[in-house]
Amino acid sequence: MISFIFKRLLQSVVVMLTVALIAFSMFRFIGDPINNMVGQDTSQADRAALTEQLGLNDPFIVQFGRFALNAAEGNFGISYKYRQPVSSLILERLSATLELSFVAAVLTLVVGIPLGVYTALKGKGLISKGIMTLSLIGVSLPTFLIGILLILLFGVVLRWLPTFGRGDVIAIGWWTTGFLTVSGIKSLILPSITLALFQMTLIMRLVRAEMLEVLRTDFIKFARARGLPDRSVHFKHALKNTLVPVITITGLQLGALIAFAIITESVFQWPGMGLLFIQAISDVDIPIMAAYLVLIAFFFVVINMVVDILYYMVDPRLRADSTA
Amino acid sequence: MKLRTGLFAAVAAVALAVTSPVQAKTFKFAFQGDLSSLDPHSLNESFLLGTLGNVYEGLVLYDPNMQIVPGLAESWKLLTPTTWEFKLRKGVKFHGGQDFTADDVIFSWERAGRDGSDQKVRNSMIKSITKVDDHTIVLETPAPNPILVQDLPYLFIMDKEWSEEHGTTSSTSAAGDNAGNYANLHANGTGPFKIKSHEADIKSVLVRNEDYWKDIPTNVSEVIFTPIKEAPTRVAALISGELDMVYPVPVQDWERLDNAEGVKALTGPEARTIFIGFDQGRDELLYSNIKGKNPFKDQKVRAAFVHAINLDAIKEKIMRGAATPTGLLAAPQVNGFAEALNTPYAYDPEKSKALLAEAGYPDGFEVTLDCPNNRYVNDEKICQAVTSMLAKVGVKVDLLAQPKSKYFGKVLATSGYDTSFYLLGWTPGSMDAENVLSSLIVCQNADAKKGLFNLGNYCNPKVDELTAAIGSETDQEKRNAMIAEAFKIVKDDVGYMPIHQQPLSWGVSDRVTVNQRADNALDYRYVVINE
Repeated sequence: MISFIFKRLLQSVVVMLTVALIAFSMFRFIGDPINNMVGQDTSQADRAALTEQLGLNDPFIVQFGRFALNAAEGNFGISYKYRQPVSSLILERLSATLELSFVAAVLTLVVGIPLGVYTALKGKGLISKGIMTLSLIGVSLPTFLIGILLILLFGVVLRWLPTFGRGDVIAIGWWTTGFLTVSGIKSLILPSITLALFQMTLIMRLVRAEMLEVLRTDFIKFARARGLPDRSVHFKHALKNTLVPVITITGLQLGALIAFAIITESVFQWPGMGLLFIQAISDVDIPIMAAYLVLIAFFFVVINMVVDILYYMVDPRLRADSTA
Repeated sequence: MKLRTGLFAAVAAVALAVTSPVQAKTFKFAFQGDLSSLDPHSLNESFLLGTLGNVYEGLVLYDPNMQIVPGLAESWKLLTPTTWEFKLRKGVKFHGGQDFTADDVIFSWERAGRDGSDQKVRNSMIKSITKVDDHTIVLETPAPNPILVQDLPYLFIMDKEWSEEHGTTSSTSAAGDNAGNYANLHANGTGPFKIKSHEADIKSVLVRNEDYWKDIPTNVSEVIFTPIKEAPTRVAALISGELDMVYPVPVQDWERLDNAEGVKALTGPEARTIFIGFDQGRDELLYSNIKGKNPFKDQKVRAAFVHAINLDAIKEKIMRGAATPTGLLAAPQVNGFAEALNTPYAYDPEKSKALLAEAGYPDGFEVTLDCPNNRYVNDEKICQAVTSMLAKVGVKVDLLAQPKSKYFGKVLATSGYDTSFYLLGWTPGSMDAENVLSSLIVCQNADAKKGLFNLGNYCNPKVDELTAAIGSETDQEKRNAMIAEAFKIVKDDVGYMPIHQQPLSWGVSDRVTVNQRADNALDYRYVVINE
């Protein structure tokens, strides 16, 4: 197990380097950062000097090498726009993004799995059909639109919930949390629903399909033949056997929740990493973009690793294989 | 025991009532962008300077109509054509309690000229500052400069003592070589508001400086600024009552604001002029099907282009009636504006076709129009309209609309002015026509740092002569006459295609009264929360 984790971490370094390399080869196409860093009256000579100082005249492979070497020492550079270290800017926003993604993930599982089971078992019921129809909306409407609709309904028309931001946060060391204040929790509701809706419907549909599949197998028939109560058949036997693909997808989707929080964060002006990143794109703030992409790559690697470990725990056959 | 707690509570309540007779008045607003730094010399950009103008001050201030009024200087007079005496205000204190003196002015001027500063242009307008006594200084300019004070509102004064104590004697550099500069995240000005907290791109809180030297209309005790990038979110936050003001509001949302309860759209002409330029410098256009010659070198072709554009249609259809079509590159708020020349070129497609035929292009030609799509109000839509209007006279325009970072990366000097036909907007930093002439209209001359934004290299030696003379003429009347003469020449040459002054577009709650300044700056001095 330890060698497995070690191998995976080693792989993650390669993945992150590759992501950074690809990112750096693309940055040239985003535009010129200098014009965002100076005023209109700044002289040509000063602009040229700044370009030179930032090393923007170097070939991209040199810029990438410099970034990789500094990053290896934990130095992600200084943001062009804010003139602050990128690592501290990202750290300030990490808690906002992780809290939002966490709430969205919990919502996804807590709502998605039971609904999936329900619609699989009571496929013919009216409620079941209603849920399936509604889930189509979740799959097909773009996140941006869902966010705006929720804002209009609950923020502007009903005025129950705040339309933007994180509310009041409480700092615990470098971590800031919105869980401890009323306005913080209220602010979480709309963005987390927006972020979770697509994943929720996806998980629900997946669980339903898998359940229907498993319910048809012989081993369920035998379980029923043994006279086990429905509850035990449904949850102990059937549900547990649907979980392997569900865990894979959930894992990947958790990465997606963090990465695609970008859209939700910009609709709700949620002060997380995604918002920082999207702002950095329009300002061509290369150090922030590079650090963010590398960090997201790292998240994906770690999540995949956790998913692989979970397989071992859920599916005894995998354990048997590895010891044999 | 119980009685005592009760008594204590009563006493506390009374004490509270006594110490805070006025209730805290909070003004909350959002802007699309963010305050990138608190360092007053770090970036010469209108939002940063406009916002920090509430915290720091220059020797002079803008009044609500952008006229110059005394600020940290009480009065000034010209001693010789190149020297000025400024009497500094006595008894002014910085937020940290330090006294404001002549040394602070000299220090701030020097700091603005050091490496890392983006205010070197303003620094270079002054050759030297001599301290006469603690509250009198003499400024010397490199050449006679009648409009020196026009450039001083945004040369912000910092405290020398405070800056030296915190090791911030030079500005926070964009190159990141002096990261951790104290002034990037801390401020100590003389203005009516103090920075209480500032989290980049998240939230900034400012509180009233109760010891401010001047009597100002505002009754706001706290300002909370949140950047909100997405326009629909911004507008929703205003309508829902969470914010008192947001800007900018997309012009297509005005109707929505007017229909909503308790909010309204506040609009007016901005001092920014939007115009289209032609590459008249190269012998062959970079992006055209005409080879071996440059059609834009012919005045008739340029004239044909301007007569093909229906500015009123752009105003009505794209700007919801709120733009001001213009014939000049300088807005009415700009010193030297010439009313008589401001009539736009007439819309006359027949004349346009005739001119094209006369110039030898009866069937028109092809050219690429470079256009930003997130810089000015409805910039891409304006370009689309221009494209279709030119198609009607036979000119086929390929529209290349890009985000501003890509656009400016292509058309500016850094890429060698890689454009044939482009849309640009300009607000002169000094609010004076000389800036318009020397940035946009005189011949490109990198060594003399002139014509840097004359992307198409319109070049007329007569205008250059006049501009040089305007730069040092101290008689206002003569000066304005020369400005008008220069603008007249440009107009007759059809050097540019002026479009309009774009509208300012703010969304304001009925709860507050604000002053909308023509440079789109929000001056908290004039924000009043209505009872």
